[in-house]
Amino acid sequence: MSRLSRVLGAAALAASLTAPFSLPSAAFAQEAGAPAAKQYIPLATYRVGAYASSGTPVWGGTIDYLRYLNEVEGGINGVKLTWEECETEWAVEKGVECYERLKGGRDGSPVPLFLPHGDPITKALTEKSAADKIPLLTTGYGRTEAIDGRVFPYSFTVLFSFWSEASSAINYIAEQVGGKDKLKGLKIATVYHDSPYGKETQVPLDLLAKTYGFENIQIAVPHPGNDQSAQWARIRQIKPDWVFLRGWGVMTPVAIKTAAKTGFPVDHIIGGIWSGSEEDVRPAGSVGKGYLAITPFPAGAEFGILKKIKAAIVDQGKSDLKDLKSFGSVYYNSGVIETIIAVEAIRTAQARFGKRPLTGEETQWGLEHLVLDEARLKELGADGLVQPLRLSIKDHEGGGAGKVLQWDGAKWNIVSKGWVKSDRELLLPVIYERAAAYAREKGITPRSEDTAEASAK
Amino acid sequence: MSFFLETLAGGLLAGVMYALVAIGFVLIYKASGVFNFAQGAMVLCAALTFVTLTERDVPFWLAGLITLAIMVTLAVAVERVVLRPLVNRSQITLFMATLGLSYIIEGGSQFVMGASVHELDLGISDLPVAIGPIQLSSFDLVAAASAGALVIALWLFFERTRIGVSLRAVADDPQAALSIGIRLPVLWATVWAVAGFVALVAGLLWGARQGVQFSLTFVVLKALPVLIIGGFTSITGAVVGGLIVGAADALAEIYLGPLLGGSVSTWFAYGLAVAFLLVRPAGLFGERAIERV
Repeated sequence: MSRLSRVLGAAALAASLTAPFSLPSAAFAQEAGAPAAKQYIPLATYRVGAYASSGTPVWGGTIDYLRYLNEVEGGINGVKLTWEECETEWAVEKGVECYERLKGGRDGSPVPLFLPHGDPITKALTEKSAADKIPLLTTGYGRTEAIDGRVFPYSFTVLFSFWSEASSAINYIAEQVGGKDKLKGLKIATVYHDSPYGKETQVPLDLLAKTYGFENIQIAVPHPGNDQSAQWARIRQIKPDWVFLRGWGVMTPVAIKTAAKTGFPVDHIIGGIWSGSEEDVRPAGSVGKGYLAITPFPAGAEFGILKKIKAAIVDQGKSDLKDLKSFGSVYYNSGVIETIIAVEAIRTAQARFGKRPLTGEETQWGLEHLVLDEARLKELGADGLVQPLRLSIKDHEGGGAGKVLQWDGAKWNIVSKGWVKSDRELLLPVIYERAAAYAREKGITPRSEDTAEASAK
Repeated sequence: MSFFLETLAGGLLAGVMYALVAIGFVLIYKASGVFNFAQGAMVLCAALTFVTLTERDVPFWLAGLITLAIMVTLAVAVERVVLRPLVNRSQITLFMATLGLSYIIEGGSQFVMGASVHELDLGISDLPVAIGPIQLSSFDLVAAASAGALVIALWLFFERTRIGVSLRAVADDPQAALSIGIRLPVLWATVWAVAGFVALVAGLLWGARQGVQFSLTFVVLKALPVLIIGGFTSITGAVVGGLIVGAADALAEIYLGPLLGGSVSTWFAYGLAVAFLLVRPAGLFGERAIERV
């Protein structure tokens, strides 16, 4: 009897202990069975720490556009959007932890894609995301070889890879000096953040230097880059014609200030994507006047979609921005642009899989069939803001062009004639070779367009 | 030759900027034997407070005074809340406490004053000035003069005031100092307040150079080799250590970097510090501790 009562007691105890855990999972299963009303989008953000000043305006653009979609357009084809932030502080381990925590979805909605927001985080997640079938959408950063979707089915280095950034910068210099044939004999120094991100443009610049005959000088700046007197003393010694600045964080304003104090003309420095925001140039003060930057995220509040967001969200006091000065800035617009691409990919996938919250696998199909032509961009109010894009299995970048901005002491002005294209026809064969080498190293069998389509069915 | 001299002079002036941060560490280490990991956070807090006030049209001098008052309040709070409960604990306990404190000051500063990047214009030109065959930054020359003035002021404070003498007594022998009635809490609060003032000066000069932003906390990374080379207990050592690190870094970057195919200043100062540790563990001006084991 006593043994029976002990067994029953233990069973009752076990049931009472497990009940709180088993009930929600049953509820989750029920919800998962029925279509969830909202599409969940996880946001890996960095609002605190060393890079918070860069991140905060980005989420302003992202969240304001998501709010605009929900409140004005009723979501994506009637499927409303819900999102959740996870703080990464731009650190790899926290970024991976966020991904692992959020990849399961929420309230029955799966995760359609993940925006890692950090080049090192992206590289750490490349293989995990492929195994989980969740696309990594990286705009203006990420692994360049991932342009080859046959090898990297779930990595999307959309818009403007670092290789395209370097090539477009050289093409802009060519425009300034009177053509590509005039590049021969020029000295072009790249001052780069001494990290894998910073070194990413060395291979394409080497190739471009051999092709066009300019002298390719590489000068590293150690992290964080808050003292560059030695590097700019070298610049003074070498006397380059142009400097291509690939910084991150504090490195950019210090570079501009040190260039000015060593007498190098600031209007012959072209900043890369992550050296081309208001937050990069404002701390440099008056000496930053004339500084150039190439970017896929043009600044300005006069684009159609920005006007709509302002009227429906910002002027109604619903903006995520605490400091409204950032509205229309490079970083704010980057958040809007990235979210437009994510949303349009989901919309494309919905046309095939149905108007409901989508999985990562379904959104991957949407991304690989995404077409944002001039007509569609005009419809969205994003013409001039987003470059025309056409993604495919062989091309996860789609665009490969940037606009050149110039700082006038208070704001950026677009000074290039439209989008400055990169030499993709020259770069793509090398990118494919590197992707194939990666596939061999990792034992990956590259997809063909037929196998990709068959797996989507 | 002029290029070598210019690189050397540029490096020495950069070293002065590192010395400014290192002096803050020395002050606290001298008084309490604590390596204050929060010094970088104090630099950020001081600069952020100052620039937040000036952006709200508070006059320059008043913003400086208010910031100084906030740094003194912070110093008193640190003494009461963090240091006093940890009296007689091991040095590593106090070090860990300052590590935690740095996160609190960094996070608290960003929480209250935001994470935006601010421009700080001190009205000092940063354009090149020709001195003989070499070009130097006028801003760097002002920074060097400020550091010189600060060192003289601190020397007078430690040598010529009663509090300064008490601080030296505590640094020499805390037990003996306590037994003759020196009040340790007051001294600790004072020295943390002076370190707060040094953080303000360093924060203003570094903030004007790179903008007031979170990365101000990173300047402590270069202060560590400065301290190892100069010695943890000497203000003169911090200045000399700063000059050595600045000059060695700049010359190594120019003449060694191209040979090794990359940037060397990430590690060169630390390599130099390790060499000093092997030859002269107490640094150039540090006090040699002899302990019975």
